[in-house]
Parts: sequence; C-alpha cells; structure tokens
Amino acid sequence: MKFTKMKALVFATATSTTALFSTAAHAVEIEYWQYFFGARVTAMEQLIENFEAVNPDITVTMTHFPYADYRTKVAAAIPAGEGPDVVQLFYGWLNDYKAASLIQPLPADSFDADTIDAEFFPMVSAMREGENYWALPTAVRSLALFYNTRLFDDAGIDGPPETLDEMLEIGAQLTKRDGAGNITQAGLTMGMTAQDHHWFREGLVRQFGGEPYLNDYTTVNYNTPEGVSAMEFYVGLGEENGIGAVGFMDEPQAAFKAGRAGMHIDGSFRIGSLNKTRGLKWAVTELPATGEGMRSNYSSYWVNAITTKAEDEKYDAAVKFMQYVTSDEAMQIWLDVVGELPAKPSVGLTEANSNDATYGPFIRGLAYANTTKFVNESAQRKVLIDAVERVKLQGMSVADSLAIAAAAEQELLDAFYTSK
Amino acid sequence: MVISFQDWNLLGDRTWAGWKNYEKLWNNPVFWQVFRNTFVYLILGTPISLVISFFIAYHLDKTRFMHGFIRMLYFLPFMTSAVAMAWVWRWFYQPVPIGLFNNALAQFGIPQIEFLRSTTNALPAILAPAVWAGLGFQIIIFMAGIRAIPQSYYEAARIDGVSKTATLFEITLPLLKPTIVFLVVFSSIGFLRIFDQVFNMTSGDPGGPLNSTKPLVLQIYQSAFTDFDMGYAAAQTVVLFLILLCVSLFQLYLLRDR
Amino acid sequence: MVAADENQAPPNKRFSNRVAKRRVSMGQYIRWSVLFLGGILMVMPIIYMLSTSLKWPHEIYDVSLIPKEPHLENYVYVLEDGRFYGWFTNSLIIALITTLSNVLFDSLVGYTLCKFRFPGRYIVFIAILSTLMIPTEMLVIPWYLMSQSFGWLDTHWGIMFPGLMTAFGTFLMKQFFETVPDDFIEAARIDGLNELQIWWTVAMPLVKPALAALAIFVFLGNWTAFIWPLIVTNSWDMYTLPVGLSTFADEADVAWELVMTGAAISTIPTLVVFLIFQRFIIRGVVMAGLKG
Repeated sequence: MKFTKMKALVFATATSTTALFSTAAHAVEIEYWQYFFGARVTAMEQLIENFEAVNPDITVTMTHFPYADYRTKVAAAIPAGEGPDVVQLFYGWLNDYKAASLIQPLPADSFDADTIDAEFFPMVSAMREGENYWALPTAVRSLALFYNTRLFDDAGIDGPPETLDEMLEIGAQLTKRDGAGNITQAGLTMGMTAQDHHWFREGLVRQFGGEPYLNDYTTVNYNTPEGVSAMEFYVGLGEENGIGAVGFMDEPQAAFKAGRAGMHIDGSFRIGSLNKTRGLKWAVTELPATGEGMRSNYSSYWVNAITTKAEDEKYDAAVKFMQYVTSDEAMQIWLDVVGELPAKPSVGLTEANSNDATYGPFIRGLAYANTTKFVNESAQRKVLIDAVERVKLQGMSVADSLAIAAAAEQELLDAFYTSK
Repeated sequence: MVISFQDWNLLGDRTWAGWKNYEKLWNNPVFWQVFRNTFVYLILGTPISLVISFFIAYHLDKTRFMHGFIRMLYFLPFMTSAVAMAWVWRWFYQPVPIGLFNNALAQFGIPQIEFLRSTTNALPAILAPAVWAGLGFQIIIFMAGIRAIPQSYYEAARIDGVSKTATLFEITLPLLKPTIVFLVVFSSIGFLRIFDQVFNMTSGDPGGPLNSTKPLVLQIYQSAFTDFDMGYAAAQTVVLFLILLCVSLFQLYLLRDR
Repeated sequence: MVAADENQAPPNKRFSNRVAKRRVSMGQYIRWSVLFLGGILMVMPIIYMLSTSLKWPHEIYDVSLIPKEPHLENYVYVLEDGRFYGWFTNSLIIALITTLSNVLFDSLVGYTLCKFRFPGRYIVFIAILSTLMIPTEMLVIPWYLMSQSFGWLDTHWGIMFPGLMTAFGTFLMKQFFETVPDDFIEAARIDGLNELQIWWTVAMPLVKPALAALAIFVFLGNWTAFIWPLIVTNSWDMYTLPVGLSTFADEADVAWELVMTGAAISTIPTLVVFLIFQRFIIRGVVMAGLKG
C-alpha cells in the first residue's frame, strides 16, 4: 500500500517536472529491491524517508518480493533492463551476480577500500576485489546455539554446554527414543540443508585443527585428517547412539520450534520467528568450544549493491543511497527495528549490545567468525549435503565421501576462477 | 535455441560456445542421472495413472447414487494448490513422530520406512502425489469421452446381446481412442515436465538425496536461476524438447488411425 | 441406499437405463463402496490441509487430524489482511478472461485442424503441440522481454497474455471434434450452413462436455499459475492470489497454518467453477443423446 502511494507521488513529481521544464529541481528516481520480511521492510521505509529528507532531489522506490523466489525474479528482470538500481543480495550470491554482470563495483572515491577494511567487521572484506568493494552490508549475522530451557529444566540440566563434549553429554540426556529405536526427541537438530554446512566449514573443521580453504578460498582444504575427524564428529551425532538424526521432523528449525529438540544451531535471523512461537521457552548461547576453549563461528550478511542498470544520474543517486544505508545511523535503525547486528564494530560492539541476553552470544561470536567466500552457495551446500548422504544412505566411509565432496567443490571453484 | 550454443550469463556478452554446452552435458554424470529419473517418472507415471483413472471413470460412469459427490471427491486434489499439497504429502512421509505413514507402521510394530530420504524410495514417493493430483483431471476427460459416445451404439449392442466385457473392448475402448490419444500424449508431457511436486517436497535439497529424484525441468531451472548459466539451461531445454517431441510423435504414430 | 436412488430416478430419463439395470446387484453395491472409499482416500490430504488451517502454529507438526483447540483465527487473519481481496480479484479477472478466450479460440483452431484437410495440417498440429514441450520456466525470460517492449509489465494484460490460447486446449478440442461424425457436418453443409455456422451450431453443442472440461482446466491453470505472475508483477496490488499467498513464507519462518488457510480459501472459486461446469458435462450428453 505504502509502495503505491510512493509510486503515485513519484509519478506526480515526474509529470510536474516535465510539465514545467524545470531546470532547478531535477528529480531522480531510483528503485530499490529487497525480499519481503516484515521488519526489514519497515526499517527500509524509515531509512528511505530519512534519506529523501536529506536528498530532496532523489526519490527511492522500494519493491519487495517473496523470499523464496527473490533470485528468480531478479534474474528475469535485470537482463531486460528492468528492475532495481540498488539491490539487496545474500553475500554468498555476490560472485554469481558478479559473474552474470548483474552488478557493478562501488566507486573507489566514495567507498575507499582501505577505510572500509578498517571500519567494518573483517569478514566484510569478502566483498573486496582489488581497490574496489562490490557491495556492503548494513548488518551482519552469526551462528549460535539455541536451547530449549523447558527441556533443560525437565532433565535437570543447569545450563547450556560450553564445550563440544558437554554438548554431547547434554544431548544424550535429552534424546528420547521409542521402542523401535526411532528418535522422538532429539538432543541436537541436524541438517546440512540448513545452517550446519556453515557450522562444519567454518566451525568444526577449524576446531578440529583444520583450515577449510586455502589461498583466499580458492582451494578446498577440508579433505585432510582434521577435516575427516570433523566430519566424523558431525556424522557421529546422527549415529545410532547419537543425539540427533538427519531429517528428524523434516527441518531442523521445525523440530526445535515444536519443542522436540533440546538444542539447535542457527543464525540470528531466526530470533523473531522463535519469539512468535507460542509455548516455546528458549535461550541462546555461543557455539560450543573445544576442550581447549577454541571457538570458531561463521558469519554471513545481506549486502546492498548497485546494479549494472544504474547509469549516469541514477548511478550517482544510487551511490548516495548506498552511502546512507551503510552509515552508522542506518545500522542503528536496522538493529533497533530488525534486530540484526551492525556491520561495524564501533556500532555493534557496545557494552550493552554484547551483554544482551539474546544478541550477546551472536555479537560475541562475530569476534571469532569467518566468512566463506562462496562462488555458488547452493551448489557448494549441495556438495556437503551429498557428502553426508553418501555416508548415511550408501554406507560410504567418511574419508571417501569427503574426498569426493572436496573434489566436487574444487571443480566448482576452479570453474569460477578460471572463467574470470 | 540459439542460446544453447552460447555462453550467456544473462547480462554479460553472449559468446559463441559452439557445442561446449552440449559437451558439458554429455560428460556430466548428474545429467544422465536426471535423464534417467525423467524417464522413470514417465514410464511409471503415465500407465499407472491412466489405468487407475480409466478404471475409476468407467465405474463411476455406471454409478448413480451420489455420483456428483463422488466425482467431486476424485476431482478435488486436482483443484487444490499443488504447493500446499506437496507439503502435506511431505509431512505424511516423515519419520516418526510427525509422519502419518510411519506412525501408522509403528502402531503395528513395523520398522519405519524412509520415504523421502532414500535414494530408492524417494522417486516413487514423489510420483505418488503427482499421479494423485492428476487423477481427477484424467477421470473427467475419460468420462467426457465415454459420454460423447453416441447412445445408439450401446442400444444396438444390447439388442444384439453383446456381453458387458465385449462391449467394453469392442465399443467403449475403440471409440475412446481420441480421448486416449489425448491423455497418453498429454500426461506423458506432464510427467516429463514434472516439477512442482519435486521442487516442494525436496526444497531443502532440491532434487532429493544424491539427485535421486531430480527431473530435467528442475535441473534446467537450477541452471538458469541458481547458477545463472543460461546457455547450459538452454542446451538442456533443447534436449528436453527433443525428448518430448520424439515421445509424442512416437505415441501419435502408435495410436494413429489404422 | 442405491436402491432408493434408483427408485427415485424418473422413468422418463431413459439415458439412465444405460448404466442401471432395474435391480440392484451385489456388484453395484461393491462398485459404489469401492469408489466411495477411494474417494475418501483421495481427499485425505485435503482434509489434512483443512485441519492444519484450524490449528495453532505450535500444533502444526502434530499428526492428529483433529486440532486440539480448533479455531478460525487463521481465516480471520488472512481475510482481514486488506490485500487479500485485491489478489483475489486479480486472480478472478485473469482466470475468467483466459477461460473465455480459450474456450473460443482453442475450439475454433481445434475444429479447423480436425475437420479441414489442408496441406501442412499435421505440421501445424505438431507445431502447436511442441509449444507444450518447453517448460514455462524457460519461457518466462522471452515473455518478460516481450511484455517489457509492449509496456505490459505489472498489468493484468501482461499476466494473462501467454495464456489466452493454449496448445493444451487446442489439442483437447481437436481430439473431441474427432468424435463428431463427419456425416453431421456434411448434412449441415447440404442444408446450406456456412462453415462458421456449422462450427457454432452443429459441432460445438456436440462437444459440450469437452468445452466444460476445458473451461474447468483453463480456469484452474490460471488460478494456480505462479511463476509467470510472480515475474511479471512488481507491485503488491497486481499480485495474483498464489503470489500473494507466498508472502506468508519468509526467510526464517513459513506460517504453514496460514499457507494452508490460503490454499483452502483459494480452492473455493475453483470448486464453484467445477460445480457449475460439471453440469454441462452431463447436460451435453443429454443433448447428444437426443439428437443422435
């Protein structure tokens, strides 16, 4: 509704300017696309309002689309020269969009790469190439361990696990099975289809002493003894005496929301949806550390980028808009409205934020987080899904399966980096 | 079609790739897996659904009591949102404690069956709702066909004292031929283009565990909209097109007027 | 029960003789029971959908068919959402216009292909059929470019233009015109009717069941179409019902109870259309029977 009004307004402005052959106020209209998520839309409306107040000669029109089909929509519109001037995308898709020439780099004079390196959380540097940044986030995300406090209380468990071993122990206490040995309540949810592939790559592999990738994420390196033990640990969670099962209740978050799982690893974006779930009591803690206290996390973010469609004056307006949505002010609004963590330590790592019961574990997690530079996130995720399925469904050994996965992922990386 | 010979990532320059996309396809084991899956959907789906739907239509046509109501029952699945239904079936197939089928099995102490998370069961498990959703459509077409057969033929048969079974094979089936041709061709195209059920029932890992359920259309969709590899997607479309064309022509040839 | 029904059947409806002997045999009874049970099995998933639409979010994964605390909040929520009516109207306009257009044009083309021998007839038929063979997913980009150049983006016209005539309908109608005996058409020609009149007054009434079936399917196809309306529309006001309903799912959360509620509501118009047109399927037979 709001959107139509805005469009009407834009239209009115556009016609009146042409009618007057006005020279002074030359209104530029730029279009902004993001996916639909109640709070994100509200926050963006606020940002647009503030931005337009300062830049009366620019009008920003926001359009949003259902999340699941956002990519399809963008892919159809941009080649036709339709679509947004500034677009929001998942950082993991950046390389796809770059390769498809859907977006253009940010100008180095307004977005100095070194300044950004210094001011933003380090993982944002995945968006840098040479002297240019291609995109920038307003907010960032990380993983943490959600746990069901009611189930913990019922089982007489004092608090959340600090280490992986404690997690196994607590998980075993929380796992319930029926007579036939089928799990009816899981200690920990499992699923490479959700966030677990990130937990494996950037969390477990590093915690088991490995290094998932080499050479700036161009070489797969988890096919090592460390990687194999990390995968064995993960697969072991779902073994007969394990604390979970792949595919239990279809989707990991569904199991946790239904109160059928004690622990669940997920991203900060899940907070809102868990809050809405009636009858679920939950809390959140940092991802479990190794026995030596080593922690590792994965961080991701949605970025805004300027599309190749924006040219001339629209390009200049888009640059201005980009500057505003990545400003400190915008980050604070985003945190207040959406609840996502600011992309700059100076805004995010305040005393109040990192001690917050809900956001704290995520914000503290940012300090030791890594960001995988995906070339094709869904294909790379599929590689790890298949790795687990080969072990579970075809009885292949973990080492063999991981070797196939590493080779397949390396092929994806090579195809991308050689074609450039 | 031209695109299939090019290297086009939607906006970038289209460069001439020659047979590269086809070569890539030929050498890709996933493509062959997908190719096989697509044919399994066709070979199982078309005959099963046609036999069931003819059986129901034939008998439903001879039923008066609550005829309209029963017909509606069979037709309802076809009218209901495919997305919503795919998810309901998906839930039915889950392991205990949420899966209806497995809960029922557990009641009788039978070990649970992995339906969707299996490389062998997943494809039939996805085919079932596809057949289910299409039945109503086929039944209606069959019934319309049966009813379009002029009454006089049956009158004549009855006067001549032809048996029921003979009437079915001598009159009903031969006169239904145009209907059967239509349904065979159309449902074959439908099964070769299966997408909605697969996409929704395996949305976490589209195409099922180790690509065991992935049909060609899903593979095309992913190449185009996930990988943005339009040239490759177009090459696969050409292959799909040729398959469909051959299958349809072959069927039309077999079922031609003799 | 069957017996009662048979007795009620007016004796003048002679066509019912075709299917029913005067006495109700055991076979009839079994046939009816099997069909009825099969029908109930068929709608199980739909009953499950309705049950989910009456549940609270935390009960969704509960297998029990009967909700613990059934309620109508989901329906209230969906219907109170002001945008719902707009989506509903858009879908209705599009489905109705495309249905009308398909019934007319598909049968005209189907009739031509069936009853006129002209060179290249088979090629035209195969060409029409071949358009069925390219997945919609691959057509959306050419369609998009086309509607952009005609300025149809984000309009009703843009949503419906690819569906105004379908290969499916043409094929269906061609097949059904095959069943119209050529003698009828010859007879009409001798009576001095022109070809268009023959099509409209002789052939069309004879394929009424097929027309009714076509109407149902075209309506349904457009009512449930998703990917193209999604691509071609930009504003929430232009969304069709399936696209609008998909906004109940977001990144972190799929409100299944709302999705199922929306699906249940959107089945109603298709059900109405089905109930209207299925009568024609029967009536068509009566007419054909009388004339034959």
